[in-house]
Amino acid sequence: MINLNPLWLTAKLALITTVILFVVAIPLSYWLAYSRFRFKAVIEALISLPLVLPPSVLGFYLLIAFSPENSFGKFLADYLDLRLVFTFQGLIIASILYSLPFMVNPILSGFKNLSPALQEASFTLGKSRLTTITKILLPNIRASLFTGIIMTFAHTLGEFGVVLMVGGSIPEETKVVSIAIYEEVEAMNYHNANVYAGILFVFSFVILLAVHLINNKSRKTTLY
Amino acid sequence: MIQFSAYKMLQTADGELPLDVNFTIEKGKFIAVYGNSGAGKTTILRILGGLTAAEQVNIKVDDVTWDDAEKKLHLAVQKRSIGFVFQDFALFPNLTVRENLEFALSKGDSKEIVSELIDLMELQSLQDNKPERLSGGQKQRVALARAIVRRPKILLLDEPLSALDDAMRFKLQDYILKIHQKYELTTIMISHSIAEIFKLSDHVLVIDKGRITKEGTPENVFSEQKISSKFQLTGEIISIKKSDIVYVVQVSSGNTIVKVIATEEEVANYTIGQKVLVASKAFNPIIQILS
Repeated sequence: MINLNPLWLTAKLALITTVILFVVAIPLSYWLAYSRFRFKAVIEALISLPLVLPPSVLGFYLLIAFSPENSFGKFLADYLDLRLVFTFQGLIIASILYSLPFMVNPILSGFKNLSPALQEASFTLGKSRLTTITKILLPNIRASLFTGIIMTFAHTLGEFGVVLMVGGSIPEETKVVSIAIYEEVEAMNYHNANVYAGILFVFSFVILLAVHLINNKSRKTTLY
Repeated sequence: MIQFSAYKMLQTADGELPLDVNFTIEKGKFIAVYGNSGAGKTTILRILGGLTAAEQVNIKVDDVTWDDAEKKLHLAVQKRSIGFVFQDFALFPNLTVRENLEFALSKGDSKEIVSELIDLMELQSLQDNKPERLSGGQKQRVALARAIVRRPKILLLDEPLSALDDAMRFKLQDYILKIHQKYELTTIMISHSIAEIFKLSDHVLVIDKGRITKEGTPENVFSEQKISSKFQLTGEIISIKKSDIVYVVQVSSGNTIVKVIATEEEVANYTIGQKVLVASKAFNPIIQILS
């Protein structure tokens, strides 16, 4: 009987990562879209870095940083009692960094596509920044928010390099589906690998199909 | 009363342009701001509204300081008693017409003003529509109504009618006038149309390259420069024909064709397809070659 734990672990990781990133990415994207901070391009480049960097490079640096042998990891371990190497918590942090562009970029381009006059009009009507964001800006970039959520979730499902570096393959802790597939193949258990891979394949396809269906639909209704 | 004084370096396509403007406006007046594109008109409205910062700025409205760069005083946009109508209307696409107006209410405000404005601007039949289903003129009426919901003292209009056809313009001018009078506003409107300025405003500020070059009543400002001077139109020569001892030159401009008499010597310089200026002082039209 195939062990379903890696599937469950993957779903949990993707869900937690998506929720945290959603909360983090909205203020971050808003700030990037509207501020005139001089070194904004540097921040944008850093956020997009995981798009081009080999996951193993990112994973390697995180492994070094999280290691209790080094100052940051030691600080976490000593003061917060937090161990991020080969733990699920570590995987979450790594996934957040790795999937950051998949959440930030759609939301950022959603904000940038809105007329700046919308925000200004809301201000001239006496509304605070928070009210403006929640009542005007976010409802008008719903499609972007949705794209960000789905892309982040889907991307986290497919993580391999980063997870392998930071999490290793500890059953019920860090052994996600992509790692499980790799190990089953190595052990020549093609049947199990096939089941995992098939589930991931179908699931990813369905998610992306949903994105495109919804985007096409919202395009029809919002643009004449 | 509005006392406005600002200095700001503008970044334009032709390099830097200092905007340096001072003016005082009496309460209840209708002011038009006239000038070429890129002269800084919109920036003046935006500085007054608190949407754009300036290096030097001093704004007082009814003896309350809104901006004072020296004392580092800046009243937030939200706290200024203004209604701003943007060039692209800036209606909230996620809200219906009525919701757009209601959004402007503060907590605890009565919704009566919203109904009143919907009636006044004749938006009853459109109130449950989203902005994307409205025409340009309808959007403009909604934007105007929304700007009044908070009962501001000052109404700022950034070329509100430039995107509309003539028939719609005339109608909207009446709405603007109605609102200006009914709500006892001090209104500042950017406009490119001299006819519109004559119809609506008491006072004109002419802005050129960041400075006020002229101000006064529309009659005073425009009379010498535009009214008694020659009429002129630009066009293209489409035919040159000899008729007895003179030549008849046909110039097409827009969708009209003008016939102008010319002598043989003059005709020698003209070619078909040439861009020309036809000007007239009193009776005699003259053709001037442009390029």
